[in-house]
Amino acid sequence: MTLDALLVAPFVDYGFMRRALVACLSLGIGSGPIGVLLMLRRMSLVGDAMSHAILPGAAVGFLVAGLSLPAMGIGGMVAGLAVALLSGLVSRGTVLKEDASFASFYLTSLALGVLIVSLRGSNIDLLHVLFGTILAIDGPSLYLIASITSATVVTLAVVYRPLVAECFDPGFLRSVDGRGSLYHALFLVLVVANLVAAFQALGTLMAVGLMMLPAAVARLWATTLPGMIGFATLVAALSGFIGLVVSFHVSLASGPTIVLTASLFYLVSIVFGRGGLARRILSRPRFVG
Amino acid sequence: MSRGSLAVSHLTVAYDRQAALRDIDGCFEAGSMTAVVGPNGAGKSTLIKTLVGILKPVRGRVVRQDFAARDVAYLPQAAEIDRSFPITVTDLVVLGAWRHTGAFGRVGRDVMARTADALRAVGLDGFGQRAIGSLSAGQFQRVLFARLLLQDAPVIILDEPFTAIDTRTTADLLALVRRWHGEERTIIAVLHDFDQVRAHFPRALLLAREQVAWGPTAEALSPANLLRARAMAERWDETPDHRAAA
Repeated sequence: MTLDALLVAPFVDYGFMRRALVACLSLGIGSGPIGVLLMLRRMSLVGDAMSHAILPGAAVGFLVAGLSLPAMGIGGMVAGLAVALLSGLVSRGTVLKEDASFASFYLTSLALGVLIVSLRGSNIDLLHVLFGTILAIDGPSLYLIASITSATVVTLAVVYRPLVAECFDPGFLRSVDGRGSLYHALFLVLVVANLVAAFQALGTLMAVGLMMLPAAVARLWATTLPGMIGFATLVAALSGFIGLVVSFHVSLASGPTIVLTASLFYLVSIVFGRGGLARRILSRPRFVG
Repeated sequence: MSRGSLAVSHLTVAYDRQAALRDIDGCFEAGSMTAVVGPNGAGKSTLIKTLVGILKPVRGRVVRQDFAARDVAYLPQAAEIDRSFPITVTDLVVLGAWRHTGAFGRVGRDVMARTADALRAVGLDGFGQRAIGSLSAGQFQRVLFARLLLQDAPVIILDEPFTAIDTRTTADLLALVRRWHGEERTIIAVLHDFDQVRAHFPRALLLAREQVAWGPTAEALSPANLLRARAMAERWDETPDHRAAA
């Protein structure tokens, strides 16, 4: 098999492969930087919780319009933001820390979402909602994903400084600029929007796959924040491409293959990365003589 | 600089209805330099956080004279900042110019020049492009002081600035604090080293969940007052920490 047949032909021959590839590249560009910032805020698991939180909204969208990705996207957006807001309020008003209230809300959302989908849909529909339908992405869905990515990149470029400052030293930002929590809220909106975009492709259970895994990989190689963001974007895009190619030739489910490709990058980085195990073990001081 | 006096009137701060500080009453005069001392758990950081506005008092209030909350430069305890964050020394120090650059403004040549000056003043010339993760604890504290320099604030509040910092760095940074005092800025610092307080700080506030003494350092830290603070600390702690009020 020629390299051309291996890497290029699937995308030349099939429209659904092209759309899936564009979706993956777009997701990487938006989710890469968001994932890095989430990780640096120690909110990796909050991203995971949020991705489940969008399910009931998406399910309501499904009830109303069937498997229409824009309808489910809008529903998911509303539900995700509501959960982010509620968790913030609960953690401020009760003894529960933010991670605990997020965990409670996402379990509730997941159960509620599955219940609502089962009301009308079949098990196949449920599978689509949970694990995504990257090969079924149509024109309108692609526009939605691309719009979210574009809005994310522009917003990040504008609020980069306060966002990073809020991430690094929230106490300091609060003392010099009264709008610290506003930037935090804006960031959460971006997180939810990108999860809604990823939800279309990877489903609610793996939507964070192209967000957190590339971020973790980038952390293990790059030393500067811009470097990490670039690296994460590259890893996400590569995972999408390799995952699609492999799943096409070996007839595997595309979504999981893409996420597993990112996992593979992660495993390799854990061992060989700049901040990884091999370097740590080799550079450990030893007694001589 | 005559502005910058900070008055507290009958201040009470509580966590979960448990008073952490009771009835603190007095004034940090404009241009004064005050050390806040006391046993562990005496409410020193609580007081600082209330002065800065992070905590809200349940009773009493903090009155700022002729300056805004933004005119306070605040150095939190070292543990509150993630030192593995991927940011360079220069980028961190430039944050101190927030009042000039704001969230969106350009970082001009003047700000970069002041950043270089500040790094020189704290003895970190040439460290600008280093990642903060590669610095020692002492060097990192120097970077935070460079940021304070850039903030150029009339009121400077420091929470344990010299804890776990090497002696040489402590001496250098203390010299900087004394320079600020010479420039008539108002300085409030939480400290543990009593010799340091006696040698460098004209005024002291001795806390033990309430105000034990507040005044010229020699009077505030008299043996009788220290004994009283320790006795109060032992009352709230079954297993007293003997270093605490020593």
